[in-house]
Amino acid sequence: MIPAATDVLVIGGGNAALCAAIAAREAGAEVVILEHADRAMRGGNTRHTRNLRAMHDGPLHTLADAYTEDEFWQDLHRVTGGQTDEPLAKLMIRESAGLLDWLHERGVRFQPALSGTLSLERTNAFFLGGGKTLLNTQYRHAEAIGVTVSYGCEVIDLAIDRSAFREVTFMHAGSKHSIRAQAVVVASGGFQANEEWMKEAWGAAADNFLIRGTPLNRGIVLRNLMDQGADTVGNPTQCHAVAIDARAPKYDAGIVSRLDCVCFSIVVNRHGQRFYDEGEDFWPKRYAIWGRLVAKQPDQIAYAIIDAKVADNFMPSIFPTISAGSIESLASEIDMPGDALAATVTSFNAAVKQGHYDTTTLDACKTEGIEPPKSNWALPIDTPPFCAYPLRPGITFTYLGLKVDDQARVSFGNSHSVENVFAAGEVMAGNILGKGYCAGTGMTIGGVFGRIAGENAAREALC
Amino acid sequence: MHGTSEQVLHEDATRAMTICNACRYCEGLCATFQAMTLKRTFAETDLDYLANLCHNCTACYHGCQYAPPHDFNLNVPKTLATLRADSYRRYAWPGFMARLFERNGLVVSIAMALSLALVLVLVFLFQDRAVLISRHVGPGAFYAVIGHNLMAAVAGATFSFSVLALLIGGRRFWRAIAPAASKPPGVGAWAKALRYAATLKYLGGEHGEGCSTADERWTNMRRYCHQFTMWGFFLCFASTCVASVWHYVIGVEAPYPFLSLPVLLGTAGGVGLLIGPAGLLWLKARSDARPADVDRYGMDYAFLASLFLVSLTGMLLLAFRETAAMGILLAVHLGFVLAFFLALPYSKFVHGIYRFAALLRFATERT
Repeated sequence: MIPAATDVLVIGGGNAALCAAIAAREAGAEVVILEHADRAMRGGNTRHTRNLRAMHDGPLHTLADAYTEDEFWQDLHRVTGGQTDEPLAKLMIRESAGLLDWLHERGVRFQPALSGTLSLERTNAFFLGGGKTLLNTQYRHAEAIGVTVSYGCEVIDLAIDRSAFREVTFMHAGSKHSIRAQAVVVASGGFQANEEWMKEAWGAAADNFLIRGTPLNRGIVLRNLMDQGADTVGNPTQCHAVAIDARAPKYDAGIVSRLDCVCFSIVVNRHGQRFYDEGEDFWPKRYAIWGRLVAKQPDQIAYAIIDAKVADNFMPSIFPTISAGSIESLASEIDMPGDALAATVTSFNAAVKQGHYDTTTLDACKTEGIEPPKSNWALPIDTPPFCAYPLRPGITFTYLGLKVDDQARVSFGNSHSVENVFAAGEVMAGNILGKGYCAGTGMTIGGVFGRIAGENAAREALC
Repeated sequence: MHGTSEQVLHEDATRAMTICNACRYCEGLCATFQAMTLKRTFAETDLDYLANLCHNCTACYHGCQYAPPHDFNLNVPKTLATLRADSYRRYAWPGFMARLFERNGLVVSIAMALSLALVLVLVFLFQDRAVLISRHVGPGAFYAVIGHNLMAAVAGATFSFSVLALLIGGRRFWRAIAPAASKPPGVGAWAKALRYAATLKYLGGEHGEGCSTADERWTNMRRYCHQFTMWGFFLCFASTCVASVWHYVIGVEAPYPFLSLPVLLGTAGGVGLLIGPAGLLWLKARSDARPADVDRYGMDYAFLASLFLVSLTGMLLLAFRETAAMGILLAVHLGFVLAFFLALPYSKFVHGIYRFAALLRFATERT
C-alpha cells in the first residue's frame, strides 16, 4: 500500500534515490520511494553502472595508491573545461572520500580491479557484481530499515505553491494518485529518452542517437519543475555521449554495446574521411568525447577501421566483426565509396612514423603530415582481414538539470522561498558536469548528493 | 555427429558468454567469469569447461542487467546448468549408458526400487524365515543374514564397475577441457584445486558470502549443507575402508562396537549425510526457479534422496542391530547402498569429478 502522506518523498529508484532514501530514513523520517519501473527493471541507469570515482589519501582495500582531492579536481576541471560549479564540485570530491565506507556499512561490496576495469584501479571503486547487485543491496537495506518502496509509479506533477512543495501526482496501474510530503527529493534522471526534447536540442540528428540506459528517463519531473520556476543549469545538448556499436538496440543496451577499438583504429565518416585524432589519449580518458564527435558527422554514423594486427587489443563486442580481405571490399560491406576509403587508408599509412608500438603507454607511434593527426598507436593498416565496426552516438544521460546549492536544495529564483525541494543524481549532474566526463563521476554525484539531499530533506521534514 | 539439442545448448552458451565477455561486471563473483575473460571465442569444450566451473550460485543472474525481462533475456546460470547436465551425458562411459542421464530422476528412482526389491526378494527366497527375524549378536552377526562372500562379491563388482566408469568419464572430460598449453597441472595447481574443492570455495563465491537467494540475499547455507554432504560421504567411505582392513587384515568381523573406529567414522558420516542432503533438498525446494534448470531437478532430487536414504537406513540398522529387526533393516540398507553404487556413474555424483577437473584447469591457468 502506498500511504497518502509521508515525511520525505523520493522520486526515482536509482543510486541517488536510494542513497537519499536511506539517509533520510536514518535521520528519522518516514520515507516513500516512487519508482517508475517495475521491480525487475528498477534502478534507472544505475543498472548499467559499474563503479564510482572516489578520492582517497592512501591505498584502500579496493583502490590503489592515493587519489587526492587536488588530483580529482584537476581531472574534473580538465574534462569540463572549467564548466563546473567549483564549490559544489569540491564538496562532491571531499564527500566522495567517505562514500565507500558509507555504502560498505550498508552492505555494498566492492571488488578488486580485474580485467574489465579499464585501468581505473587507482581512481574508481568497482561494485562487486556491478550496478544491479549494488541496487539489490541498496533496496534490501532501505526496506530493512523501513523505507516504503512503490514500483510502477510515474510522477507527473509536483504541486508547489509560493512557499513550499505540498504533494505529487503520479500514475500507478493506469490511474492517478497523489501523496503529500513534507519534503521531496527529485532523483529522476535526465531527459535523454524523451525524443521530442532531444530533437528540440539537436534537431533531426537526435533520430540517430541510441540511448544506452533506461527508456524511462524522459525528464517529466525536470520539465514540470522548470515550468514552475526552478532554476536550471547547463545546456540541453550537453550530455554523457559515447560512440557505441551502431547495431545496438535503441534503448538499454548498456555496457555491451561499447567499442574500445577507437584508439587502435582509424575512424572515418560515411564518406570515408577521418575527422579526429583517434590516438589523442588513453581510451578511458577519451571515450566520452566520441559520442559528440560522431553526432556531428553526416547521418551520425562513423566506422572504426582496423586490420588483423590489432584485432585482439581491445575487449570484444557482442556484435560480429565486419571483415573483408581488402579495403575496397570492406568499403562495399559498409556501403562506403571504396576509392575514398582506400585513399584515406593509403595516405594514413604513408604518414605513419615507425615507433615502438605499446598499448600500455602513450607510445608516440604517430602520423606526420596529415590532418587530423593520430598521436599514438598509429600502425599502417595493411594486414588482412580488415575489419570495421559501425559507431553511433550512445547517450548515457543529459546534463541540463536543476540548479542546487550545497545542501542539494533546488533553487527557484530569488522570488520564491521554496525550501523543501531537493535534487540528486543525473537530474542535477549539470552542476558538476557542464560538459565532458570522468569515468565514475555520475555515481559519485548520485551517492554524495543523494546522501546530502536525504539528510537535508529529513531535517526540513522533521523541523 | 552432434544432436540438434546439444548444438542448441552450445549456441545458447556461446551467446551468453559473448554478452558476458563484453560486460564482465560479474568477474568478481566467481571463477567462471574469470576463466571466461581469458578467451575471445569459445570452443564447445571451453563451454563445457565453463559450465562445470559454474557452481550455480545464481549471483550473476540476480545481478544481471540483461536478465529477463530485458530483451537480451540472458540467464547464465540456467544456460550453464542445462549445458552442464548435458555434458554428464556426453562424457559418460560406456556411451550407450549415457541415455540414463536423460530422465535421471526416474532412472535413479527405478534403480532404488529394483535394488531394494531384489535384495529383499533374494533374502526372503534364500534365507530361512527364522534366521531373518531372529536376533543375532556378536562377530559375524550380519553374515548370518546375508553371507559375507555374496555381500562382498556383489559390492565389489558394483563398486569396481562404477569406479571404472567414473574414471573413464572423468578422463574423457579432462582430455576435452585440458588447457591447450603443453604443461600438465603442477603441484601448485593441484594444491589450489584441492583447496577450492575441499572448501567448496565457489559455493561461497569469490567474495565468500555465499549463493544468491530469490530475494537477492547472499547466504552460505548451501555451502554448509554441501559440506555436511561431501564430508559425510568421505567419512562413510573411510569407515568402509577401515572396516575392510579390520576384516581382511586384522581378521575382526562386523558388527563393530559403537566406540570402534569404523562405527565412529560411519556414524559421523551418517549424521552428515542426514543433515547435508536434507538441507540441500530443503534449499532446492525453496530456491529461485528462474535461474535454475528446473526440468533437470529430478537428477538432483533423486541423488540427494538416495544419499539420505542410504544414511537413514544405515543409522536405523546401527540403532536396532541387536534386535530381531536387524535382518530386514540390513536387507533394506544394502538395497539402498546397492542402488547408490549401481547408479553412481550415471547420477549427479559425477558433478564432483567434473567440477574438480574444471577447477584443476582453472587453477592451472591461474598459476
